[in-house]
Amino acid sequence: MFANLNNLFRYRGLIWSLVTRDLKARYRGSVLGFFWSFVNPLLLLLIYSFIFTKVLPNETKGVQPYGVFMFCGILPWTWFATSLTDASGSLIAGGNLIKKVLFPAEVLPLVSVLANMAHFCFGLPILFLFLIVSGHYPDALDLVWFPIAVLVQLVFTSGLALILAALTVHFRDIRDLLANILTLWFFATPIIYPVFKPEVRQYKWLFDLNPFTHLAVSYQEILFFNGPIGHWRWLLALGVASLLLFVAAYWLFDRLRDSFAEAV
Amino acid sequence: MNAIELANVSKIYRRYGGKQFATLKSALLQRSLLRDLRPSETFPALTDVSFRVPKGSTFAVIGRNGSGKSTALKLVAGITKPTAGSVRVEGRISALIELGAGFHPEISGRENVFINGIMLGLTKRQIHERFDDIVDFAELREFIDAPVKTYSSGMYMRLGFAVAIHVEPDVLLVVEVLAVGDEGFTHKCLDKFSEFRRRGKTVLLVTHSLGLVENLCDDAVWLEGGRVQGHGDPKRVVGAYLTAVEEGEQELMAATTAKAVEEAEAEQPAEAGAPAVDSPPNMFQAAEGRWGSREVEIVDVALIDGKGEPSFVFHTGERLEIRLKVRAQHPTDDFAFGIGLFNADGVCCYGTNTFVEEMDPERLSGDAEVTFTIDSLDLVEGTYKLDLAVHKRDGYPYDYHRLLYTFRVKSRTRDVGIYRPPHRWTFSPTVQFKNPGSGL
Repeated sequence: MFANLNNLFRYRGLIWSLVTRDLKARYRGSVLGFFWSFVNPLLLLLIYSFIFTKVLPNETKGVQPYGVFMFCGILPWTWFATSLTDASGSLIAGGNLIKKVLFPAEVLPLVSVLANMAHFCFGLPILFLFLIVSGHYPDALDLVWFPIAVLVQLVFTSGLALILAALTVHFRDIRDLLANILTLWFFATPIIYPVFKPEVRQYKWLFDLNPFTHLAVSYQEILFFNGPIGHWRWLLALGVASLLLFVAAYWLFDRLRDSFAEAV
Repeated sequence: MNAIELANVSKIYRRYGGKQFATLKSALLQRSLLRDLRPSETFPALTDVSFRVPKGSTFAVIGRNGSGKSTALKLVAGITKPTAGSVRVEGRISALIELGAGFHPEISGRENVFINGIMLGLTKRQIHERFDDIVDFAELREFIDAPVKTYSSGMYMRLGFAVAIHVEPDVLLVVEVLAVGDEGFTHKCLDKFSEFRRRGKTVLLVTHSLGLVENLCDDAVWLEGGRVQGHGDPKRVVGAYLTAVEEGEQELMAATTAKAVEEAEAEQPAEAGAPAVDSPPNMFQAAEGRWGSREVEIVDVALIDGKGEPSFVFHTGERLEIRLKVRAQHPTDDFAFGIGLFNADGVCCYGTNTFVEEMDPERLSGDAEVTFTIDSLDLVEGTYKLDLAVHKRDGYPYDYHRLLYTFRVKSRTRDVGIYRPPHRWTFSPTVQFKNPGSGL
């Protein structure tokens, strides 16, 4: 298994070219092309801002403007959720490769995660622009934590992606189930409401069990709120847990590997 | 030194009882997650298959559809793992199983070449070096920057083939991919194979083109029902395989004939002694069937080959005897025997009877035997049907068997038409051929 993990590093050229292929192919033929990667998050941000200032005004103190606050959590969540959705179908979509060519299957879910990470990165300039315009200058010292949060999320998402991809081959319903679980998970995470709401505090232990809480809160503290990040212990703990998850996921994937060519 | 070694390899495909539709929920509810992952039915695709492919040789795997050829190839390629036994491959493999697998339709041929090359194990730099060769080989220079979705299937396959063959593998696995282009492209592929052989690379070929196997390969293995049925010199293995295929066809022809005769029998009116006497209104459109008064009856028909054995499969140029057993209920002095030979399109290839050949009938009584011998069956390959009849000189049918007997003519030559006149070619010394020809 560790030999295979080592191979993963060898496949970096393949992974890289598949990710760029995905990105290139995605906007091929559209007028705005790559520009959509920036326009999409911008439009999303504008919609949320409009809803929460005009339609359902949210006046909660400390989290103004509300649209920008939510966007700090929504952007990483979108990366997370679309990665898992894409990854769970990735082996089936890439069935041709698995069945007909000697191809390292684990590359496929990881490409899903990385391609969506690229979209996440394209959304960042928009987020930073709005943060600065609305007066939330992220602290330079805090910003050191930003890549760490991204890394933790990358490892965490990759682990889940491997598990989902491998299991979906055998249980096709996971894809449909997943869509609903992700919706529930989204609302169970302090993304569109702040973590310090009294209702959230009441069930703090429950929220603490949700791994994405710690990612969302970390992003919010790093980017949106003033003052040093107070959540770093949780973030690092999640990082360690994610590494363990990734290793376990890779082990599971490796165990099921031989069944893919037949079951896809 | 062997490039590929299969030792006692078995591959059992599992069929899961409805597992394809099993849901995670039901698996969890019934606690059958583990049970569902266990097979309910197994299908042995390969059983105890062993063969070795020496380095630098060209090796063929032949066999009928479903004989396990593709499974064997997938095992060699490492795409699936054997259930038992071991597969060992020395060196880098490139598998031409599905050409252009992994091409993305939206991006250009150029980008796909790079990604496909990387998938097949090349580095970016190696692809850069070989890029021009690949594009020239695929004959796609003008279209290389167009998205692959605009390619015709031939262009798609050619590009896939070109990339795969430029991977410079030590072992090349090829499955029926030579049909991807026109004559010219096929020749280029064959030249490329020859180049491979010259450079001491190993080629494993899975194909139905037996001519190719005989001409190109050093060694062949014949799989039948997942087992090795023959192994060794390609000419010998191909010969044995063709014989087996003929036996299969033999059975098919026998079954076709038996069914036609039986159905013709069943169409007879129920009242005994009053069989359908009337000929169909248009003899040239008549479908298979049987009619006649049965005053003289054809009771048995046998087709006999050159070896004197009953058969349904004959070779061009072989002797064919048609033996009829007839029975006359009353002695008669008015009778004629006729035969008609039709090809699969219903074209009458030949027809004759004793009357037109000016044989004057004198007496026929009781049981009799009639043999019609064709010394040299000069027909091209195909399926043929026979009309056999006993009738009066004026055409009144005693017993007419219409297209009830089917046989197949086989030929190693791909000539066309219906009739192969005995022939020979003569050339002046300024015309020379490398090989003496198949020597018909």
